Amino acid sequence: MQFGVFTVGDVTKDPVSGRTLTEGERIQQMVTVALKAEEVGLDVFATGEHHNPPFVPSSPTTLLGFIAAKTSKILLSTSTTLITTNDPVKIAEDYAMLQHLADGRVDLMMGRGNTGPVYPWFGQDIRNGIQLAVENYALLRRLWREDVVSWEGKFRTPLEGFTSTPRPLDGVPPFVWHGSIRSPEIAEQAAYYGDGFFHNNIFWPADHTARLIQHYRSRFEHYGHGAADQAIVGLGGQVFMRKNSQDARAEYRPYFDHSPIYGGGPSMEDTMEQTPLAVGSPQEIIDRTMTFREKFGDYQRQLFIADHAGLPVKTVLEQLDILGEEVIPVLRKEFDALRPAHVPEAPTHESLKAAADRGRALETVSPEVVGLEGTR
Amino acid sequence: MTERTIAVVTAGLTTPSSTRLLADRLSAAVRDQLDGRGTAYRVEVIELRELAHDLTNNLLTGFPSRELGKVLETVVAADGLIAVTPTFSASYNGLFKMFFDVLDDQALAGKPVLIAATGGTERHSLVLDFALRPLFSYLKAVVLPTGVYAASSDWGAGATKLHGRIDRAAAELVDAMSNERRAPVDPYANPTPFEDLLNS
Repeated sequence: MQFGVFTVGDVTKDPVSGRTLTEGERIQQMVTVALKAEEVGLDVFATGEHHNPPFVPSSPTTLLGFIAAKTSKILLSTSTTLITTNDPVKIAEDYAMLQHLADGRVDLMMGRGNTGPVYPWFGQDIRNGIQLAVENYALLRRLWREDVVSWEGKFRTPLEGFTSTPRPLDGVPPFVWHGSIRSPEIAEQAAYYGDGFFHNNIFWPADHTARLIQHYRSRFEHYGHGAADQAIVGLGGQVFMRKNSQDARAEYRPYFDHSPIYGGGPSMEDTMEQTPLAVGSPQEIIDRTMTFREKFGDYQRQLFIADHAGLPVKTVLEQLDILGEEVIPVLRKEFDALRPAHVPEAPTHESLKAAADRGRALETVSPEVVGLEGTR
Repeated sequence: MTERTIAVVTAGLTTPSSTRLLADRLSAAVRDQLDGRGTAYRVEVIELRELAHDLTNNLLTGFPSRELGKVLETVVAADGLIAVTPTFSASYNGLFKMFFDVLDDQALAGKPVLIAATGGTERHSLVLDFALRPLFSYLKAVVLPTGVYAASSDWGAGATKLHGRIDRAAAELVDAMSNERRAPVDPYANPTPFEDLLNS
């Protein structure tokens, strides 16, 4: 089981101090959070991609490349990479390059993006969102898997005899997750390819999330990648912890009440009841996170949103300390103890490479099926 | 004939309200019609006032509270809908619109809807045809030809004419409910195979 943090990279006024970081400070803060995540033993750091204020991470591979140079273990990912408005050729090149520099510590989560104007800014139409995700990703897969690609589609200029460089590290493309909160088509896409499916459930009731995940699992089985409970599922989570539950709630409340997402809506208590938001003691956070397994089945990746809503960096780093020291060691043990042996871990570069080597040796099984046999 | 369910959505802001009064008269007329035809039925009255906070929250969070979720399901499952609003600033009120904003935009497709409104004077009566009818047409409902508007004066000497309109609209609703509707499409039940998405 992988545990990590993800960031949306918002520049939001701290409602308590009244201070707003500069873009430069916010970017440095994201780096600090990533380094801390590795230090406290987390497995994954993922950054969002945005092309409008108040968000800073428009260039994810620049950020992740910088972090790669300063870390040695943590896996670098995205939350999400805009498969709709980015050129799939550029995604293929950028992330293969990052893969080499990070020594394989890279995977990606594809998303469509929910900011309407980004589509026209990048020459696209939001009404084609699903079709863009389908066509662009199909091309991206070929660019990583075929040395020479000739291709023609609806949305991008055709390619004749094109080779995307550098070729993926060890000939193994990065593992891909598909993120969606409400589109069965994207769950279908993830299932078809045997890729991972990530539901950023943090703002949604469990029933809503469960339907989409069940759909992905059953279609994963339908497409022959394994049993439904062997599908590769990732979930979001949002937590704020202090030793005492009351202290956690009192400290977090102003950030909740002024959050660009939550402000003006249901109370923090109602939101905690209706969504995965968990504000309380480390034990409460552990208990809440364990309920995800009951609701959605054994899953492979748990990402917590760390730095957002104007939380000061000192507080965010304290949260990561608590996660690393008190919460995640317990969760690892409990999840591992409950997970049946036939449920795989999330694929990594090493496991995919080993599977590809085995596949070459056997030459009978499709690489996509072999690719799902993760190692712990 | 199987049991018919009628949802009555009323957006009056006071208790009691003339909007609720009109809603009750309309549902009583529909009950009479169904009794006359020997049809079993259930009437579910939805007072939007009681859901005002939940509606705002749904707009902000993107999902309904448990209570509002049940109400929305009731409307989705109903064979017919009676929708009644007071007239505010030449239109339905904000509470009424919020309900139909959070309802799934396919939920009313093909469903018979009786539209009705109340107002201070009969000068506002075209609110039915300029505001309510386009809203429900957009939602692909079958909007009945007769809408019922009740001004304050209709509750006095004009009441006979109001009775006539209520009875005619109720008969239209019951007639329309006898037509079979297609069940709403469940996007998970018949997923588009990915090959079709790839090739479209």
